[in-house]
Amino acid sequence: MPDSPAAIPAKPPSLIELFFAFATVSVVGFGGVLPWARRMIVEQRRWMSAEEFNQAFSLSQFLPGPNVVNFSVVFGSRFGGAAGAAVALIGLLGPPVVIIIILGALYSMFGDLAALGRALTGISAAAVGLLAAMVAKMAMPLFRRGLHWAPLIAGFAFVAVGPLHWPLPWVLLALAPVSIALAWLRP
Amino acid sequence: MRDDSPLFGLAGHFALLSLFAIGGANAAIPEMHRVAVEVQHWMSDRQFADMFAISQVSPGPNVIIVTLIGYHVAGVAGALVATAAMCGPSCLFAFWVARMWDRFKDAPWRIAIQSGLVPVSLGLMAASAFVVAGVADKSIMAAGITAATALVAFFTRVNPLWLFAAAAAIGLFGWL
Repeated sequence: MPDSPAAIPAKPPSLIELFFAFATVSVVGFGGVLPWARRMIVEQRRWMSAEEFNQAFSLSQFLPGPNVVNFSVVFGSRFGGAAGAAVALIGLLGPPVVIIIILGALYSMFGDLAALGRALTGISAAAVGLLAAMVAKMAMPLFRRGLHWAPLIAGFAFVAVGPLHWPLPWVLLALAPVSIALAWLRP
Repeated sequence: MRDDSPLFGLAGHFALLSLFAIGGANAAIPEMHRVAVEVQHWMSDRQFADMFAISQVSPGPNVIIVTLIGYHVAGVAGALVATAAMCGPSCLFAFWVARMWDRFKDAPWRIAIQSGLVPVSLGLMAASAFVVAGVADKSIMAAGITAATALVAFFTRVNPLWLFAAAAAIGLFGWL
């Protein structure tokens, strides 16, 4: 749905609206909250333009920590300062945390059940495939540029943390400065 | 003897991971697996794969796999401590950065940081897929499901829940 430029800008959300907006999105957002968050913020409530949303999200993506969680903080703080950030964060995490604790309790009761174990084996195999497809989609623009350092850096990160099982903090402390320096020198 | 409480272990590991999870929760899965299975022996490979599966079919952000690990280790208190530790430090950092970021929107150093971190986080996410495949795909049939799901998800826009349902059914029939 294109964002009509003639749309009247919505008034900024109140704290209560922020809470319920993120709580709703977190519960309907199976398989990734982001598309739902975008739909609500840009298309339905018009709290941000598509461009503003992309900028806020790209910031959340490169910051450390869970991306959507960061986004709730960035978005909440823009409209309500520290209180807005806290309210959006609690809205986003509260309902899924309650649901997953219930599922965890069920798993600890019935985890030994053969049928459940078999179903979970199937689901985890599919979930890996989904993750691989997402990585492949995100990697496409990186490889389209031909000979470039970026795929090499990605390859190093993959081999070090994947097959070699090296601890993430050390790999990052070594690799991130190199990658940022290369991005600075040869963008 | 305070250090014996698993809550301190959960808080320490996830608070550190919070600041190193560049690329989000999915990029941090190899480190979670390394700590939970190999270093702390909180769970088996199989249980880790099960938790990954449960967190993927449950609504909400992917980071709730941390809540599940915390619950497994130390009950509801563990779940809350692990979640707060994983989200707290990075949220404070995000809050701080968000306030000054707009001012430096076009600064070259900002653009270098942002584009320099993209390939790193991609490599980490690929490593996540590799590590979880290692624990989840114990049979040729399971590896086949992974490959089939990857292809369908890459080339079509099918809702992932259908793929999960199909894979669960195949597992339930005992074909894996």
